[in-house]
Amino acid sequence: MKFRANLYIGGAFFATSVIVAVLAPLIATHDPVFDANLMNAEIPPGWEYPFGTDAQGRDIYSRVVHGARISLTVGLVAQCINSIIGVSLGLTAGYWGGWWDDVVSGLTNLMLAIPSLIFALAIMAILGPGLVSLLIALGLTSWSYSCRLARAQVLSLKSQGYIQAAKILGYSDLRIMFTQLLPNILGPLIVIATLGAGGSILAEAALSFLGLGIRPPYPSWGSMLSDAREQITTAPWLSIFPGLAIFITVLGLNLLGDGLRDILDPQSRERTS
Amino acid sequence: MLAVLLRRLLNIIPTVGAVILLIFVLFSVIPGSFTSTGAEDGRMLDPQVIERMRKEMGLDDPLLERFGRYVGHTLVGDLGKSFRTREPVTKLIGDRLWPSFKLAMAAMGFAVLVGVPLGFIAALRPGGAIDSVSMIVAVSGLSLAQFWLGLMMMYLFGLLLGWLPSFGYGDGGPRYLILPGLALGFGPMALLARTTRAAVLDVLNADFVRTARSKGMAETRVVTWHVMRNALVLVITTIGLQFGSLMGTAVVVEKLFSWPGLGSLLVDSVFQRDIPAVQGCILVIVLFFLAINTLVDLAYAAIDPRIRYA
Repeated sequence: MKFRANLYIGGAFFATSVIVAVLAPLIATHDPVFDANLMNAEIPPGWEYPFGTDAQGRDIYSRVVHGARISLTVGLVAQCINSIIGVSLGLTAGYWGGWWDDVVSGLTNLMLAIPSLIFALAIMAILGPGLVSLLIALGLTSWSYSCRLARAQVLSLKSQGYIQAAKILGYSDLRIMFTQLLPNILGPLIVIATLGAGGSILAEAALSFLGLGIRPPYPSWGSMLSDAREQITTAPWLSIFPGLAIFITVLGLNLLGDGLRDILDPQSRERTS
Repeated sequence: MLAVLLRRLLNIIPTVGAVILLIFVLFSVIPGSFTSTGAEDGRMLDPQVIERMRKEMGLDDPLLERFGRYVGHTLVGDLGKSFRTREPVTKLIGDRLWPSFKLAMAAMGFAVLVGVPLGFIAALRPGGAIDSVSMIVAVSGLSLAQFWLGLMMMYLFGLLLGWLPSFGYGDGGPRYLILPGLALGFGPMALLARTTRAAVLDVLNADFVRTARSKGMAETRVVTWHVMRNALVLVITTIGLQFGSLMGTAVVVEKLFSWPGLGSLLVDSVFQRDIPAVQGCILVIVLFFLAINTLVDLAYAAIDPRIRYA
């Protein structure tokens, strides 16, 4: 049994982010939003404020810690929505085939033709900034990968003996899809979802950085970076820590995804599409 | 070759049609779209302005008529007039195309020139030092927010060391292109390194490579003649697909560096509720991405004689 470094390191990074997010109110030393005090503005990192303070005197450490909640929630929930949409469409399209398959394939090709961040940005423009809009915008725009994967896997499994047996036993289509096919294709889908969650966190950061996602004063890592850009000359620490938090969390998810791939999807090569 | 091109162009038509329909639905049909959210935000307060916008866009006309008009205008290349500057959207976009194109090419050029050789060298000695280091760089490159990397480089090279202009387009010279190009190209570079490595490793184990070696072919010739050509197909697919995410990230990186490209225009237009400009930008971005994918398909046919579109 070889030592799976990326699985453990990735797992540890990601677990740290989750723990920080869960325990945020306990480990934050200041209020992330309302503890503004202009007397403390732009203090460099030190004992009292380990990550420094921003232009309004708020503690960056506490804001980064609370930001974990928003960034992780958006990343994980959006990816769940993507997975549910993608897997449902892919399973049914692969299993039923026919006109439904044509419809789903057409939709998938359309989604692949539009860069997903551009699509998400268009949806945010219409819905306006906010947490719910973000979940909708990111949850509806990157399901094509899991859809294509689920469809391809179902196509290769559908003529297997145990599926035929289930049909002869009179199982309903839905029962076959969700109790016979889904468990057999779950491994690669989990890998895609893990990597996709990292992508959603990056997309949230990008949209919030543009001012279209989570809006100030609430701390998401992206919105903190948006404030920080203005003060890059006087207070560079404002930019460093939220970006590092994004990096560690997404790196954790990517390593975890790679590690899971070795275990759950051993025959796959790098899936690039 | 010509047949491949024609076939691809025919395949694109339904996609373009669907994209036009989608843009129309998003910005003109969904209730609570631009004009009304503008009012809710309290940003566009004046009811008269909203009334004028509705008139101007013909929002009170029947849906089908509006769609017909939109499609008709789009097909002849008329993307409407900007609400903000009163100029035709095509002119606004036209002014931004060259900077955007330059930035995208610089970023992709960096990604290909660094990522592909890196992955190639890594694959020749799997598990070796170069392999480990380059794969750590690659997975890191895929995990960071590229605009954050841009921000950090802006601080380090622009402000602290003063080597390069920290933002702006300047005279459009290469000095201004370096930082945004690196920030934008780093992610695709990382992915290309990984893909190239995987593709080369895969080909190195193929039967025809073993045959070539066993008949005494020199190793350099095996690598250049057999391995490179076969790995190239997957590498080119990745380059084509990466353009999509690159064009998404470009929006953020352009905004960060105040680069006068299509992405900045899109974001500014979103904030100014300039619907025709937003629609136009999205349409042009999607068309550009489709064009790239068509080129990729043509490249396949050129590289790999087995690929024929019957």
